[in-house]
Amino acid sequence: MARVVVDVMLKPEILDPQGQAVQRALPRLGFESIADVRQGKRFELEVEGPVDDAALTRIHEMAETFLANTVIEDFTVKVEEEK
Amino acid sequence: MTSRIGVVTFPGTLDDQDALRAVRIAGAEPVSLWHRDKDLHQVDAVVLAGGFSYGDYLRAGAISRFSPVMDTIIDQAKAGMPVLGICNGFQILTEAHLLPGAMLRNNHLHFICRDQKLRVENAETAWTADYEAGQEISVPLKNMDGRYVADERTLDELEAEGRVAFRYLDGNPNGSLRDIAGISNAAGNVVGLMPHPEHAVEPLVGTGRTDGLGFFTSILKKLVNA
Repeated sequence: MARVVVDVMLKPEILDPQGQAVQRALPRLGFESIADVRQGKRFELEVEGPVDDAALTRIHEMAETFLANTVIEDFTVKVEEEK
Repeated sequence: MTSRIGVVTFPGTLDDQDALRAVRIAGAEPVSLWHRDKDLHQVDAVVLAGGFSYGDYLRAGAISRFSPVMDTIIDQAKAGMPVLGICNGFQILTEAHLLPGAMLRNNHLHFICRDQKLRVENAETAWTADYEAGQEISVPLKNMDGRYVADERTLDELEAEGRVAFRYLDGNPNGSLRDIAGISNAAGNVVGLMPHPEHAVEPLVGTGRTDGLGFFTSILKKLVNA
């Protein structure tokens, strides 16, 4: 089975208070020099059958209508190498 | 025959009973609707109540938006049926693109639960006609994902068309752009807001006032006069 990964991130102009909270906690833990953190979502899809253009078009459609809200989020679709 | 107003229950909805009660107190006939039933049972208007449908998984409202009942509600809302989305209901309406913009985590990351002062900016929607433009009301606010966002162009459009229905007063509780607490669609039949008018319909409970009752009397008058 092939794996397709959909990464969803808030658009750059949208404030990400969760990412900011993570970033602010870092110095306390001894991790210096991290200027910014943005938090996103990663979906790993195990696809039955071939990951051809038709399958990728469907996954793109799924990401656009459901996995991401394109009013506030951007997404990328990547096919992972089969092992 | 009195007007029938439906209230949808999704898995994780919390405020459906209070919404049904508010409908009854206003004098309309409350009708329970179930998320898996496409049939709206001849209701004249629909309330999407607050809560955490589907546990807010993925995004608040994102999964409910694809439930069978929403297919019918989206079609009917586009045809002019009045729909009110409260809190999670507002989030569902933005996810369904019946209202523009989106709801995000409060900017301070805390859950908020308090009485909230609002200004009614638009008293001409299907759900606000019993208020006066500029009227100040106080109703409970309780949410985690209450920060309204939209791009600048959409915000300017909403302002220019008078579609900002409610604004937060005495401090912005969640980082909502331009202090927006609620908006309407262009036709004025679809309204969404984060605060909870259905919790403020009797003096005994909630804020101790009945500032929220106007939503339900507004819609009843509109339906009776239609």
